[in-house]
Amino acid sequence: MSEVSLHKLYSDEPEFGDFFSLLKPRVMSLVVFTAIAGLLTAPGNIHPFVAFVSIVFIALGGGASGALNMWYDADIDGIMSRTKSRPVPAGKISANDAKYIGVVLSTISVVMLGLASNWLAAFLLAFTIFFYVIVYTIWLKRATPQNIVIGGAAGAFPPIIGWVVVTGNIGFESILMFALIFVWTPPHFWSLALFMKNDYDSAKVPMLTVTNGRRSTRNHIFVYSLILAFVALSIGLSSLSGPVYLLIALVLNIHLLVSAFKLRARSENDSVDDNSLTERKFFKFSLLYLFFHFGAIMVETKTNIPWPGV
Amino acid sequence: MSFGREHDLHKRRKGRNLGLGLVLIGFVGIMFGLTVVKVTEGQFAEALAGVSRSE
Repeated sequence: MSEVSLHKLYSDEPEFGDFFSLLKPRVMSLVVFTAIAGLLTAPGNIHPFVAFVSIVFIALGGGASGALNMWYDADIDGIMSRTKSRPVPAGKISANDAKYIGVVLSTISVVMLGLASNWLAAFLLAFTIFFYVIVYTIWLKRATPQNIVIGGAAGAFPPIIGWVVVTGNIGFESILMFALIFVWTPPHFWSLALFMKNDYDSAKVPMLTVTNGRRSTRNHIFVYSLILAFVALSIGLSSLSGPVYLLIALVLNIHLLVSAFKLRARSENDSVDDNSLTERKFFKFSLLYLFFHFGAIMVETKTNIPWPGV
Repeated sequence: MSFGREHDLHKRRKGRNLGLGLVLIGFVGIMFGLTVVKVTEGQFAEALAGVSRSE
């Protein structure tokens, strides 16, 4: 074996961090954050250690579905510039290993969540993994431009699971939190598709930008932003809300609608001229949007800040 | 084969083994903590203390 091929062999040897990135840590952080929101807002008490363990295994379940997604999508991940450095297309971890790791971690996370909290929470975690891997990744992603709309449900389940960990049942408020993430997902990913330009075309993934064109995608983002603002402000009327939530939601949703309107008004030439600056800004803002809404919900339910003058 | 290259390979493997070791220790800690919590609270603790028998 030559020195060059030996060097190649060494550089392909996976590090611990490669296995960690197989679990999509950024997605996991969103799962953890929204599951904590569900857990903290739920009525009732739970032992802090049980709460901690439940969050760990909800996160692990999310990570396991990420590994299974990387197994199935190994071919298209290698084509798209956004995903080609992931451990499977980069050749650090084989697709089969990713599959086995995903299956084993899925099983561990579901069983451990059931033992730590209750079996409804475990069932919902198993369903979330099933939905993300089978329904979204295998059935929808390569078949329909509605992939992100329906598949977004998978990412919306963690607050319900967190809620069920505490109460043992699915509460109305947890469904409101589900709705917020569910409606937030399409404009978030469509704005990403707008500035990732040819990624989805090259991989032949039928994102809205590919099937309906970029103009239609901008219109869709605007309409979904209207629905999102309606859902977010409706939560303002529920028991999850209070003055802090309402104030934050009002500011964020005005900004959301203005940004979505600007995005809709732009031509493709504008986008080329400033390297999709507005689209990138919208994508980043949508992350903050979700973070602050859930942050406000947690602040409200834990502090019970009174309405001014009450 | 130079020792320098081998060292890099071993460093990666050592990091992986250390990471896995920490994960396993964490898992054992979680199992232990969970057992303590489950045993010391709720009906299980009452059953151990003989509450239901004495009633």
